[in-house]
Amino acid sequence: MIPELGHFALILAFFVSLVQGVLPLVGAHKNRADWVAVARPATAASFLLVGVSFACLTWAFYVNDFSVEYVAGHSNTQLPTMYRLSAVWGGHEGSLLLWVFMLVGWAAAVAAFSRQLPAAMVARVLGVLGLVTVGLMAFVLLTSNPFDRLMSPPAEGRSLNPLLQDPGLIYHPPLLYMGYVGMAVAYAFAMAALLAGQLDAAWARWSRPWTTVAWVFLTLGIALGSWWAYYELGWGGWWFWDPVENASFMPWLVCTALIHSLAVTEKRGSFKNWTVLLAIAAFSLSLLGTFLVRSGVLTSVHAFATDPKRGLFILILLAVVVGASLLLFAARAPKVSPGGRFELISRETFLLVNNVLLVVACGAVLLGTLYPLIVDAFGGGKISVGPPYFNAVFIPIMLPLLVLVALGPVARWKQADLPAMLKKLWPAAVAAVAAGIVLPMLAGEWHAYVALALALVGWMSAALVLQTIDRLKAGSPTASWWGMQIAHFGLAVMVVGIAMVSTYQEERDVRMEPGETVSVGGYTFKFLGVKESRGPNYTADVGTFELSQDGKLMRLLHPEKRAYDTSQMPMTEAAIDAGFTRDVYVSLAEPLSPDVENGPWAVRVYFKPFVDWIWGGSLLMALGGLLAAADRRYRIRAKSSAAVAANAAGAAA
Amino acid sequence: MKLFLVACAALSLCLPLHAKEAAPLAEDPVVEKRLINISEELRCLVCQNESLAGSQAELAKDLREEVRGLIKEGKSDSEVKDFLVSRYGDFVLYRPQIKPSTYLLWAGPFLLLFIGLFTLFRFLKQRSKEVVDTPLSDEEKKRAEALLKDAQS
Amino acid sequence: MNKFTLPLVGFIALVALLAVGLGLNPREVPSPLVGKPAPDFKVPQLHDPNASFSPNEMLGKVWLFNVWASWCVSCREEHPIIVEYTKRPDAIPVIGLNYKDKREDGQRWLARFGDPYVLSAFDLDGRVGINYGVYGVPETYLIDKQGVIRFKQIGPITPTVLEEKILPLIKELNK
Repeated sequence: MIPELGHFALILAFFVSLVQGVLPLVGAHKNRADWVAVARPATAASFLLVGVSFACLTWAFYVNDFSVEYVAGHSNTQLPTMYRLSAVWGGHEGSLLLWVFMLVGWAAAVAAFSRQLPAAMVARVLGVLGLVTVGLMAFVLLTSNPFDRLMSPPAEGRSLNPLLQDPGLIYHPPLLYMGYVGMAVAYAFAMAALLAGQLDAAWARWSRPWTTVAWVFLTLGIALGSWWAYYELGWGGWWFWDPVENASFMPWLVCTALIHSLAVTEKRGSFKNWTVLLAIAAFSLSLLGTFLVRSGVLTSVHAFATDPKRGLFILILLAVVVGASLLLFAARAPKVSPGGRFELISRETFLLVNNVLLVVACGAVLLGTLYPLIVDAFGGGKISVGPPYFNAVFIPIMLPLLVLVALGPVARWKQADLPAMLKKLWPAAVAAVAAGIVLPMLAGEWHAYVALALALVGWMSAALVLQTIDRLKAGSPTASWWGMQIAHFGLAVMVVGIAMVSTYQEERDVRMEPGETVSVGGYTFKFLGVKESRGPNYTADVGTFELSQDGKLMRLLHPEKRAYDTSQMPMTEAAIDAGFTRDVYVSLAEPLSPDVENGPWAVRVYFKPFVDWIWGGSLLMALGGLLAAADRRYRIRAKSSAAVAANAAGAAA
Repeated sequence: MKLFLVACAALSLCLPLHAKEAAPLAEDPVVEKRLINISEELRCLVCQNESLAGSQAELAKDLREEVRGLIKEGKSDSEVKDFLVSRYGDFVLYRPQIKPSTYLLWAGPFLLLFIGLFTLFRFLKQRSKEVVDTPLSDEEKKRAEALLKDAQS
Repeated sequence: MNKFTLPLVGFIALVALLAVGLGLNPREVPSPLVGKPAPDFKVPQLHDPNASFSPNEMLGKVWLFNVWASWCVSCREEHPIIVEYTKRPDAIPVIGLNYKDKREDGQRWLARFGDPYVLSAFDLDGRVGINYGVYGVPETYLIDKQGVIRFKQIGPITPTVLEEKILPLIKELNK
């Protein structure tokens, strides 16, 4: 009964969203206050209904209702409760329901926290979100219904992919989806502004905090996914340029560009068309990512059950949503005023260059991701485009960005004085040269690549310090200014991690008998042996290693090799000793003579200097985003939209 | 596709059949280093989204052994790659070869960058010609400031 | 047509590409060996360690080379089709390659499910497999009279593949 209730709630939600998508938009167009007023209650109702539906599915998992096909396929009674609940989004149908739930959640948040905005604007934003929701709900209901029943329910379910039985997988998808789906809010604001023909600074100000919050979620989601891959997949990598990773990274790049261009649009009333286009692009890339993951047109480690029919549906959805938006853009954009004047050397220009670089980087990732498809479509056979390609093209595009990070914030709006900027920043240049020469030597060996990266880090960090000193002299900065500084600092921290780990990491593949030792990066592992142990739904070979440095015992490490009861794929659980400046990492590959008691094992050990800085940097970026979004500027109730308009007019002048 | 997943699982299961994995896997650190470098640029065919270096699939182990042998025979990196390409096709290369069908792939990003910066430059030049500031009158300024103050309080 | 329609044009091209992409199978990797001479090798036979097999022995004949293993789940699915095929009067010889298997396991498997092969070559360490670019057992090669590989099936042979691809090609090669 409960699953039917969930299904019914979802169907109801579909119709409510249809109302939410149509009436307010028409009402805003025809100036009918009563229709406009429908927006908020409809959004709330849709949110509640999808919530009920989601709760019903969760319940079905909780009580092991294997008469529901989706539950039977992704859970079983042996699965620990925690994973049984996160299994709700462990498969295609449930993760789409989560997508929809997050979408209506964002819409409900907009409805709740937009009291200060004009009713017509809110109605348009919610209306656009309603239409997007309708499309996705149709997708769930027509092709991927998680509530489908089985005629003869099995006594036991099939269980969740062991790869997904990990705490990281409890948080990773929800965070990532929050970011992914959050792009829809930025998109809805942009579409609302286009529909109303009011592409102005007020729009930019309203959509900024939402965009930033979505960006924060996306940043955290991607970082968590990367960290999860690092410790769970057992081969020590943290980014693989897999199509699915790229699918979340592309919206992130464009959203990062969007955050910067929104700043210009809000402060200076310029680049409105460009900003709108970025908002559309960010959400389009989210949808494109969904298509790439769900349709199976590209091979990926995240091989979800794929189905061409679903692929076709999403493609049509993508074509309709994005096509309509771009059509509207083409119609409205020519009439938009260009905004305030600025000189060639000005903060505006720096931010535009930032945008070009980020968008080109995204274009490169898109090209690399789709190229195998392009070649295949033209009958050129199968090729692979992998990490060597992406590293080769992505890094050169990113390097100038790191130079600009220091310049942008010290440049003035309208007209910047380049000589004065350089005069201000010369100590940073000195720091850059010093960091580039000295730090790699301290780390061990001097390499041009790491020297360049660390020089840029020196440049960015020193410039941040100089800017901060300068800014503090002028009075206490706003929260959003601090947010920017922290996020930029996070970028520097991340670059340290990437450069150090990719240059100085060491790995060794060895065959170890109990009692033998192996050393890597100055650390010694002594293999004490492997014991079998029983987990809730798996049997594990648990290894014991003594980690020591300079003959001093530090701790024991226990990597595992697990065989889940329901799966044939053995799982590797690496053991990591994490530290501020390095991780040491050991994983059991396989027994070399499995029949022998206490036999030898193939073991992999890694020394990963500064690897945690990659995720530390991401956390700082996210923190910066949160601070910026929390700036009280955005929460002030605009007494009349005239105030904001006047502000914009003033800025444009 | 399911079949391949099954095959994948089966291949990685049949460990006992192949017990002769080289002893101290790093007999010769130079060979090992080259093996890692080469195999990181190759795609494992069984579990298709892992590199040959990272994959624990049985075929990947065999291929690593094969590559190790080729290195010891004194083959160059590109000869090793050719060996694999002639058997498995371009698909095994994570770094696509530069040839007519991949020109766009390799040139694309830099072309995009060039077009992007060029368009930006032209846009900025044209814009500075078109956009003329009309300074606000004193009264307008006062009004805007008042509204701003109002908004901030 | 103004510059603001450019994004739309680009997007339409992208959608067209993705639509084409939906019809392609990303996991099917065509073999570069098709059209090339079948790599030579010499390995013992499964049933008789003292006898060996080399593809040279098959020159002048059109034959099928089927890679299988007792641990391979989908081989079991494919096997009856091969057994049925070899019962036909006009069937061409099928040689097996027992890939990375234990001798006893391989023999037992054939005893249980039937042995359609003229003989099975025994590829203990998978070297023959590597030379033939095997990556997903079962795989099947159709080799012509000159010893050139004319077709490769990755994964199990289905009745459709047999009827629509392999048989017509055999007919043509036997002309």
